Amino acid sequence: MAFIVPEEYYYSKDHEWAQVDENIVTVGITEFAQDQLGEVVYVDLPEEGQKVTQNQTFGVVESVKAVSDLYAPVSGTVIEVNTSLMDDPSSLNDDPNNQGWLVRIEMDSEKELANLMRSPEYKKLTAEK
Amino acid sequence: MSNTSQKTPLFDEHVKLGARIVDFAGWMMPVQYEGLKEEHAHTRNEVGLFDVSHMGEIRVNGPKAVESLQWLTTNDVTTLEKGQAHYSLLPNAQGGLVDDIFVYCIEKNADYLVCVNASNKDKDFKWMTENNKGADITDESNIWGQIAIQGPKALELCDAVFADGPSPIKVSEMGRNQIKVGKFKNHTIMIATTGYTGEKGCEVFIDTEGTPALWQALLANPSVKAKAIGLGARDSLRTEMKFSLYGHEIDDTTNPYEATLGWAIKPNAKDFLGKDVILKGKEGGLKRKLVGFKMLERGIPRQGYEIKKENGEKIGVVTSGTHSPTLDEPIGIAYVETSFSTEGSNFFVDIRGKLVKACVVKTPFVNKG
Repeated sequence: MAFIVPEEYYYSKDHEWAQVDENIVTVGITEFAQDQLGEVVYVDLPEEGQKVTQNQTFGVVESVKAVSDLYAPVSGTVIEVNTSLMDDPSSLNDDPNNQGWLVRIEMDSEKELANLMRSPEYKKLTAEK
Repeated sequence: MSNTSQKTPLFDEHVKLGARIVDFAGWMMPVQYEGLKEEHAHTRNEVGLFDVSHMGEIRVNGPKAVESLQWLTTNDVTTLEKGQAHYSLLPNAQGGLVDDIFVYCIEKNADYLVCVNASNKDKDFKWMTENNKGADITDESNIWGQIAIQGPKALELCDAVFADGPSPIKVSEMGRNQIKVGKFKNHTIMIATTGYTGEKGCEVFIDTEGTPALWQALLANPSVKAKAIGLGARDSLRTEMKFSLYGHEIDDTTNPYEATLGWAIKPNAKDFLGKDVILKGKEGGLKRKLVGFKMLERGIPRQGYEIKKENGEKIGVVTSGTHSPTLDEPIGIAYVETSFSTEGSNFFVDIRGKLVKACVVKTPFVNKG
């Protein structure tokens, strides 16, 4: 299956994407991740103001079968949460790259972006799976 | 997936259907095909086909078959007439459970089939052989494939597939928990009206050579649209019925009365292995009991999560939990201290450090009448 992997995003090895707009980073899960998860039935997200650390868990998504941790692609402060997912997480499956965004983080340091992948590298990672 | 994982006779069929394959108890099994929720709903509304060829089949026969089974299992085998079956337990000497099983009477006093969990098969066979009272006990697991046909339209499908030919079987005319031996094409089959979903239907034992042909015939039947169902939906379907799964609700240390399986134990009828210890565990009241519960606040319970009082004191543990596809809400099964086990009792599930309120409910969660 060919997944849409937007070129402008950064990617973590844990299958989160990060869209960077100056120091504001929007975070979501990739199409590959949603396909692996199956239908998401529950989302647990941090509250605004919460600090997150790169590669550390900041929430969970659950399908009928399993619980999966969400890992922050960058360190910083959560400034916005997609609360609509709490009531209806279906956009995580239907449109994970856009409507299904999870949180916006005010990033502490751009330097951490160097630890993330760009789309060609991420495509390669998922192709190997 | 380890290199030693076994393939069922239907492995190639699963690959053809695009299944996601996982290692389960040393078997390469389909966890889902098109999606767990769709598969779950198809079983509840139409009919689902499950590859359960990984399950173990142990044959107990000979003149000492009944004597041995009476000693090895908790239910009363003498009540089974030819063609009847019952759920039962293999207790250990410490009052825990080696496995939960189904016992099928093929010939009264002479020939019995015991169906056991795949993950426990070798352990069960060894245990049964070591504690045998003179029966001939044979591991036939490699001979048999097994397909479960489950759902409101299962009987219609079975009649379409099994009711013609030289030795027809009309499954719709069999009662619950029956077994009949017959043929599918030139293959030996045993059709048992048992299952693990709460739906009508049967489980068909068929020699491994014939298993793919039967699978294909069931899927191709034009009158009823059957679909292949993976292990993921098999688990959510059984959880909705509060059916025990070894390794979740029961294990080597479980007192079966705590697991609310007392109906499968017949201590007045006979002596059996571990009987004294099992009965002792019940004396003076059970300490904990298996209950079904629903969440009163947001969160999905999962196996291993602790059950607590509001002050944080631990009073139990979740054995199974999921988001029920039928009810579209979280459900859970847990052991809790007996004083918290009555319907309507409230307690808290520790979900990642947060205490989330829950309430004991009537089970099965989904009422199939």
